[in-house]
Amino acid sequence: MGLWQSYRLRLQRRRWRIRAFRKRRDLTVINDRTANIRPGDILLFSTLRNEDVRLPYFLKYYRGLGVNHFLMVDNGSTDGGGEYLAEQPDVSLWWTQSSYKRARFGVDWLNWLQMRHAHGHWCLVVDPDEFFVYPFCDTRPVRALTDWLDASSIRSFGAMLVDMYPKGGLKNAKYLKGENPLDAAPWFDSGNYSIKKNHRFGNLWIQGGPRSRAFFTEEPWRAPALNKIPLVKWDRRYAYVSSTHMLLPRGLNLVYDEWGGEKASGVLLHTKFLDTFATKAEEELERRQHYANSHEYRAYAEGLRDSVDLWCKWSEQYINWRQLEILGLMSKGNWA
Amino acid sequence: MVIHVDKAVDKKTFNAFKGALRDLSDVRFSKRHRCEWGTWGLVAASQAASELMLETFPDVRHVYLASGSCLPLRPVKELIRYLEARPKTDFIESATTSDVLWTVGGLDKERFTLRFPFAWKKHRFLFDKYVELQRRLNITRKMPNGLVPHMGSQWWCLTRQTLSAILQDPERSTYDRYFKRVWIPDESYFQTLVRLYSLNIESRSLTLSKFDFQGKPHIFYDDHLQLLRRSDCFVARKIWPHAERLYTTFLDDPAGAIKGQEPNPGKIDRIFSKAVERRTKGRPGLYMQSRFPNEDWENGVTSAAYSIFEGFSDLFENFEPWLANATGARVHGHLFAEDRVQFEGGQSTFAGALSDCAEIRDYNGRMFLRSLIWNTRGERQCFMFGPRDRQYISWDVSKDPNAQISVIAGAWAVPLFRSNANFAEIRSEAARLQKIESEHLEVLRSIYTKARVRIWTLADFLEAPMEGLQSVIDEITGKNMRRLSEAPKMVDLQGFAQFLQNLKNQGMHPYLVGDFPPDDNYGAPKQRPNKPYLVR
Repeated sequence: MGLWQSYRLRLQRRRWRIRAFRKRRDLTVINDRTANIRPGDILLFSTLRNEDVRLPYFLKYYRGLGVNHFLMVDNGSTDGGGEYLAEQPDVSLWWTQSSYKRARFGVDWLNWLQMRHAHGHWCLVVDPDEFFVYPFCDTRPVRALTDWLDASSIRSFGAMLVDMYPKGGLKNAKYLKGENPLDAAPWFDSGNYSIKKNHRFGNLWIQGGPRSRAFFTEEPWRAPALNKIPLVKWDRRYAYVSSTHMLLPRGLNLVYDEWGGEKASGVLLHTKFLDTFATKAEEELERRQHYANSHEYRAYAEGLRDSVDLWCKWSEQYINWRQLEILGLMSKGNWA
Repeated sequence: MVIHVDKAVDKKTFNAFKGALRDLSDVRFSKRHRCEWGTWGLVAASQAASELMLETFPDVRHVYLASGSCLPLRPVKELIRYLEARPKTDFIESATTSDVLWTVGGLDKERFTLRFPFAWKKHRFLFDKYVELQRRLNITRKMPNGLVPHMGSQWWCLTRQTLSAILQDPERSTYDRYFKRVWIPDESYFQTLVRLYSLNIESRSLTLSKFDFQGKPHIFYDDHLQLLRRSDCFVARKIWPHAERLYTTFLDDPAGAIKGQEPNPGKIDRIFSKAVERRTKGRPGLYMQSRFPNEDWENGVTSAAYSIFEGFSDLFENFEPWLANATGARVHGHLFAEDRVQFEGGQSTFAGALSDCAEIRDYNGRMFLRSLIWNTRGERQCFMFGPRDRQYISWDVSKDPNAQISVIAGAWAVPLFRSNANFAEIRSEAARLQKIESEHLEVLRSIYTKARVRIWTLADFLEAPMEGLQSVIDEITGKNMRRLSEAPKMVDLQGFAQFLQNLKNQGMHPYLVGDFPPDDNYGAPKQRPNKPYLVR
């Protein structure tokens, strides 16, 4: 990378940080418990809208992994999720009615909160429908992972998004508050991913999975990106560029090995495709607040509706992280 | 017991710690040194602690050096009994530099011949520059008094006799001065000096301690419990500080069952060396979010052997089912056909939920093939290929040692011959296909080719079709298989020679087909007119 490009990326990073600083005015504090954050705590950042039904299990899951504090932005929920979060002792909550799209899909808000509160902490940035799976997550808490990353001088940890879906129409995937969404949608695609290198930011660009094969057969390049780097030892100078797909400085994007070896990595199980998706899709289509002109939602709404079945005879049913590692979706690297 | 606490620990914490242990009469605290990784402080600390130990506890026979993140796996009584049975033995890993393979960073001999005043962890730049400078100026140091440098794990267990001899050596100040400038002296100071005095060295550490490829120790967690138990080692490190189950299990063990077995860390060794191999070599043929090798660094482009058949399905009817029958492999049609991926049996999805959509495949066609082979590990894949297909995989397959490529060049002319198109169209199509195939063959014949490639011209192949097929299939199924009993059915080639002649007459020379005899003897044999040719 030349000096010139390096300089331009530096400028860009500064732009995102200034933008995040400006967007702080979007946020209204509902409940600020950040004073409780102790040095070394593991933090979780998330933006949400009308996810009340998912929240109890979401919090339970990440508390179980050992997350110490949740910093959440409620983008105008009307389903009582905000009230529920405000009551939680380990949640700090901000509220905003502003445009999700104009905050670059929430990135600006979270960049700002991370700049303020995450300096020197390991922090996890996930959506309420994403469940972080890493090597040994059934026996070791996240702190074991972050301690190991610290000892190995690694600052960021990749976890690719894997879309989970039910067998049969989405309507069959009945989801009730407090339940594990993976019980309703346990299937996934194990080996149809396209990987390319983004030379500008140094990250990998991964696409594919059920959404690509069901909704993007004509324009596969428009399929959503699945590469994510959700776990980072944050520094206030860092900035997420586009969702958690890539960061600046770009060294943080090098979560993959280029010389044949495997680095350790995890997976984000994406449990978007439940019975709740139908109403969500209609609502989101109306709001037009999503990436690529809500292409997915449109594809879904157009004709497919209830009959959409992402399942095929080659779908895999989720068992545990070891299964994902054997299939080659994630790796233990040299963590044993 | 003597405890050394790093000087970096603040006074308050240290005093609280000391206070908490006040009730133990046999615990002493030695002079505190700053212990940075790979620096002299570690040696100074162990010297000070050893001196205090030998001085205050005259009954001590063996001194065991352990760290705060070490954990005894067997009752201390067992360790005592083990050492009592070996009163004169020093347990210290001590090997000459030429025997040691585990040094990281390429510095082995130079650890002793250069000076290292800068900490590697904190001042990496200065460290590297100073090493470079010394190398350039050819500066070397000599070992004092002809010592022979030895290295090994810094966790030792020495007898009073040996340890005191090292500490009370009249030349100690010389040695200390020398080792202060050696890199990672904690792995060489005692390991070298012990060779001067010990009567009986057992060159292994009683502490189970494994290092990864970057030279940092592997860490044990709760889920290693059974593994550690079965290792029969006395002490293990490093233990993750929050591995509560390990601490409660091993520290609260009430006397435990005395087993009296020799330590056997073999199984743990295997697990950790596998981890290092995964990190450095990875799984061949896997492309994923944390393994995306640069070109030629793949350590195997694909994960398993596969076969490509070019021209066969043009020449034989129902070649795919025949091949599947003959080899037991999974046989696909033209995977890279322009309109659709022809998975076996016309399935719309295949292993790993690969889609048959041509656009999705073409979006990243090279990855498509690699994924297909990865997804079907344990089952051989065969597929058809030809100039009518997308050509972007040519280089990948030709450079891939896993690929077995069999080509009947010019076989694309057969479907043209049998088609019902106008001759002008046939002529231009033939020219197009010939151009594509000849470019493809050029790739297969390049000097970079690692695939097992067989190329016949159509004319050559027809001379002895069964021989060609037999050799390809033998390679798939393994040698010494029985002869093929059933032959695939060849299409009717009567009039094909004339067809080729017509092409030539129109100025399109189908040279890839080979020298086809003009007397049309590949058509219907004279004895049995109008019957398709059967390969015997």
